[in-house]
Amino acid sequence: MNEQHHDQSPPPQRMRVSLFVTCLADLFRPSVAFASIKLLEQAGCEVMVPLRQTCCGQPAYNSGDYEATVPLAQQVIALLETADYVVVPSGSCAGMICHHYPKLLQGEWRDRALKLAAKTFELTVFLKDIARIEPQRNNPPSTLSVTYHDSCAGLREMSIKEQPRQLLRELCGIEINELEQNEVCCGFGGTFCAKMPEISGKMVNDKLDHALATGAKILAGGDLGCLLNIAGRAQRLGQEIEVRHIAELLSGDMDTSPIGEGR
Amino acid sequence: MEQHSDTFLDNASEALKNTGQAERRDKIALFASQIRTAAIDSFEGFDDLRHHVKKIRQHSLDNLDYYLSQFEKEAVHNGNQVHFARDSEEFNSLVLDICQQHDARRIAKGKSIVTEETGLNSFLQSAGLKVMETDLGEYIIQQAGETPSHIVSPALHKSANEIRELFQQKHDLGHRELQKTSDLVAEARNVLREHFLQAEVGVIGANALIAENGYSMLVTNEGNGDLCANLPKVLIICTTIDRVLPRAEDATAMSRLLARSATGQPHSCYTSFYSGPRREGEIDGPLETHFVLLDNERSNILSSDYREILECIRCGACLNHCPIYTSVGGHAYGSAYSGPIGSVLTPLLTSLEQSHLLPNACTSCGRCAEVCPANIPLPDLLRDLRHEEGIKKLSAPRWRYGLKLHSWLARHPSIYQTLTATSIRILHRLGRKRGGFSRLPFASGWTSQRDFPAPQENTFMQLYKAKMKQNNER
Repeated sequence: MNEQHHDQSPPPQRMRVSLFVTCLADLFRPSVAFASIKLLEQAGCEVMVPLRQTCCGQPAYNSGDYEATVPLAQQVIALLETADYVVVPSGSCAGMICHHYPKLLQGEWRDRALKLAAKTFELTVFLKDIARIEPQRNNPPSTLSVTYHDSCAGLREMSIKEQPRQLLRELCGIEINELEQNEVCCGFGGTFCAKMPEISGKMVNDKLDHALATGAKILAGGDLGCLLNIAGRAQRLGQEIEVRHIAELLSGDMDTSPIGEGR
Repeated sequence: MEQHSDTFLDNASEALKNTGQAERRDKIALFASQIRTAAIDSFEGFDDLRHHVKKIRQHSLDNLDYYLSQFEKEAVHNGNQVHFARDSEEFNSLVLDICQQHDARRIAKGKSIVTEETGLNSFLQSAGLKVMETDLGEYIIQQAGETPSHIVSPALHKSANEIRELFQQKHDLGHRELQKTSDLVAEARNVLREHFLQAEVGVIGANALIAENGYSMLVTNEGNGDLCANLPKVLIICTTIDRVLPRAEDATAMSRLLARSATGQPHSCYTSFYSGPRREGEIDGPLETHFVLLDNERSNILSSDYREILECIRCGACLNHCPIYTSVGGHAYGSAYSGPIGSVLTPLLTSLEQSHLLPNACTSCGRCAEVCPANIPLPDLLRDLRHEEGIKKLSAPRWRYGLKLHSWLARHPSIYQTLTATSIRILHRLGRKRGGFSRLPFASGWTSQRDFPAPQENTFMQLYKAKMKQNNER
């Protein structure tokens, strides 16, 4: 994870990866970032975490405040562009960097955004398709019944569909118990869920119903926004389903409490 | 039509309270997406076709003046009269003038969302004309005194039971009970047959105007458009200027995308081409035909950053796949156009002041753009409208300033990290026992529907920096 580690055993072509933690993992779920680091190291990468990172700018951008987003996008680009690879444990933040920065910026900054986009990957895509992590046995046990929420940006902007399923199979021996209508939005939508709460409430309720109908004990996903939304709704209704980020499952971290469960 | 987009949130809230209707909408949405997927999966080359049609639509719009004048020339050559209307008022007056020139009292009308946009029916009715909608869905909502809830299926919000009750109220049924759905259709057909025969003027829409031959194309599933077009002695075809395409084959290419995207059919039951009035020696067809072509802001849209919205082919797929539309239904949007297309088009046709909530009715989930046969980047256009909303200061100040503050903090990592570390620790302590909050100041929107999950004890940045320090000291 830092200088000391790779001094001990530096294989010749280790991939140098900068982790973009995402603000939600930083603030609400550090375990997601630690699990990501563990997985990337298992895949043979050297992981760095640029320390001056905050947020990719989605809240302002999705609300249409392009003026406020531009300097933030430039800050992220300047921070990450020297990396060989950038890995993001979130489909929507990866989508922001890969697709929306180049749309938002112009001139030289657009070129820099495109260069960064070319080497930025969502975590499961990177592990599966780029670093090609070897099948291995991480806990948790394969007997766990798990369903999966495909986040919209991950699915449609970053083409994430098979990678998390393959990784769960290869790393944990888990077969996903698919929920119905798994390509429909959970109602999070960033500020949408607070601006139009009743509609969002209906949508997350539907998502939770579909998840519960699978009988799965755990709902996993790759985007903390959606997961906080679904977990919060389950909490409100007193429904027993553990909501966890896929990085935690893949790394075998079952000691951390599920999202929204105190200890 | 009258617009109620400013009360979108109240309309939506009202719609969600009717759980029976909400359940029906969910079922219809699922069915609509399944039939579309099935139709597109069994049709090789859908993506190639949509790229092809997109290029044609772009080319037509790039050269709209040329193709419109070519269309006008050819249509006039075929014996049609072509009229252009700048806005709804002019459009409605033009149609009324034509009706009055023929002393028409009864109008048989095929489905046309453009005439919903201009409020043509009420305009003609206030001038004393009797307007009868002949598309089954339009007929139902006309009888019920309602507006369309969907651009393709205007009465989508009505259940068979509701339609039965409506007919029982409005029709003289005697002892007939109209038990089966097919009885309802037969009943409407019987009533409508008379209107086709009595009407002096027929009004229909058009899916495309063909520049090379001056024809218009219309697709329907009921054939009512053809009866409106051919039985009355005068025909008025109402559409907008952006519908023009260079060649007949362009229109048929588009129709192959349209039916599959709209209803999962390879083709609509009827695809009709209208060339003009009855020619010498012909035994049927209208004696006089008019095209009334509406602009209503479309020239302005054409020269704006939103021009791609004019490439819409009105299939309704974005409505059927939008989780907001399927949650609240079309009426909540308070406009003739609902769903993602309506949320872009309504502010552009009217004003952002009246309808700035609509572009916010979006989670940027991208499903609309994924299914759009015209490849319109709807989520981008909606976000651009939110950008304008911010510039015009129409959005709530607490959101505008809140997001500005967040962005400012995010641009100052040291302050951001210190502040978040403290706030997160407090949140964790307060929430750790229960695991979350059922109420939080400044997050009432969130907590009205769900708990706010408590964060872990420290931020990642804190933990990571501490760990690095430890490692360096070792």
